[in-house]
Amino acid sequence: MNYIQLSYWDIALAASFLTVNAGLSIYYGLGTERRLLIAAARMVVQLTLVGLVLKALFATVSPWLTLLVGIAMVAFAGREAMARQERTFIGFWGYGLGTASMLAAAGVVTVFTLSTQVHADPWYDPRYAIPILGMILGNTMTGVSLALDRLLSEADNGRGRIEARLALGHTFRQAMQEPLKGAMRAGLIPTVNGMAAAGLVSLPGMMTGQILAGVDPVEAVKYQLLIMFLIAGGTALGVFSATMVALRRLTDARQRLRLDRLRTG
Amino acid sequence: MSLLADHRQLVDAGGVGHHTVMLIANELARAVLQPTSLEVEDGECVSIRGASGSGKSLLLRAIADLDPCTGRISLDGVDRDSMPANEWRRRVTYVAADSGWWTDRVADHFEFPDIAAGYLVRLGFQGDVMSWPVSRLSTGERQRLALLRAMVQGPRVLLLDEPTSALDPETTAKVESLLHEKILGGIIVIMVTHDAGQAKRMARRSFRMKDGRLSEEAA
Repeated sequence: MNYIQLSYWDIALAASFLTVNAGLSIYYGLGTERRLLIAAARMVVQLTLVGLVLKALFATVSPWLTLLVGIAMVAFAGREAMARQERTFIGFWGYGLGTASMLAAAGVVTVFTLSTQVHADPWYDPRYAIPILGMILGNTMTGVSLALDRLLSEADNGRGRIEARLALGHTFRQAMQEPLKGAMRAGLIPTVNGMAAAGLVSLPGMMTGQILAGVDPVEAVKYQLLIMFLIAGGTALGVFSATMVALRRLTDARQRLRLDRLRTG
Repeated sequence: MSLLADHRQLVDAGGVGHHTVMLIANELARAVLQPTSLEVEDGECVSIRGASGSGKSLLLRAIADLDPCTGRISLDGVDRDSMPANEWRRRVTYVAADSGWWTDRVADHFEFPDIAAGYLVRLGFQGDVMSWPVSRLSTGERQRLALLRAMVQGPRVLLLDEPTSALDPETTAKVESLLHEKILGGIIVIMVTHDAGQAKRMARRSFRMKDGRLSEEAA
């Protein structure tokens, strides 16, 4: 593969636009220069560290180390998904529900593709496993957090509607039909929109990266399609399982609406 | 079951009369609501009054099994826990003070819109209210339709939480007349009301709720 290697000088030159922006901000007293520079510095440090970690990880090809990094990624995604919800379940369920459904969905899809389509050797080779898991997990996280946020806030805000149906003898599943549909839609819309707009509005990041790295565009598109299908499948799986488990947790054996199991913020 | 059987014998021995006790709540309790026991006979209406927050609605919700609570309750000799919750609520139906509506069209909230339509004039409606969007209904219209929605499903017990709070005296009389008819037909009504006059007109027995404790008022 022939690709143009970047020197540190090239990167510094790219950062010069940011310095110009910072200078303008100081000149006009806009007060954004500090935030801009801190964010840029954070990005440099974080990505450099990730680069070093990945390099070490790829060199060892250890299944345990790969698993450990994968679990750490899921654990962080679980925290992030919970932080994005306005309401969460009290106790372990608040963190456990989103994390478990992401672990299941992203794990199944990643292992499936590594062992069937990508044919990595060995299948857990971190060079393939970690980036694929990362892409699927990032999207699944967005979907799961949006779906749970919608479901729990609609259950809370729609208490009068839901309990009116329960009081009339509807089952909990019937009473929750509208919130359930809303949650599924909210969780899947980013994925659906992403697929519909791919290639027309923007070139997906992974494909762009591969093209810049010298890969034939048609091959890059094939990879992108594979990833998009995996993302859509993983997100749908994660959204569905998280929503269904949350629905059960919102009720009990007597089909009551158990808002006492939720907390705000 | 033995507790319940003992209780029934006790009630029978106490000479409640020749009426059969149909709804028995035994030591029903949850936060705020103190252990409450209540027996209501076939075709009886009882009223509950009391300050806001005293636990009146909580008692109705507990009877309808909408909140977790301890204690036992039975209807027509059948224990609540022996049947699915949704079946219990079809027989023992709670009508909240604020009615809930989940789709746009009024008729879609009714299991039997045709039967319900037959009662509309009696409840003071004119025109084809069933085809209206819910957003067009006033608070008082919603209140009457929510009651009708529950009533036409043919429950054994209606738990009414301030059923006429948003109605003028004339419309209140219409609602009360319809309820009277249903009570004569054997339905049980437990009604939370702030209106002493309504309690007097409707209920054979009146109760007062204070700090989660239910006590019967002297006749």
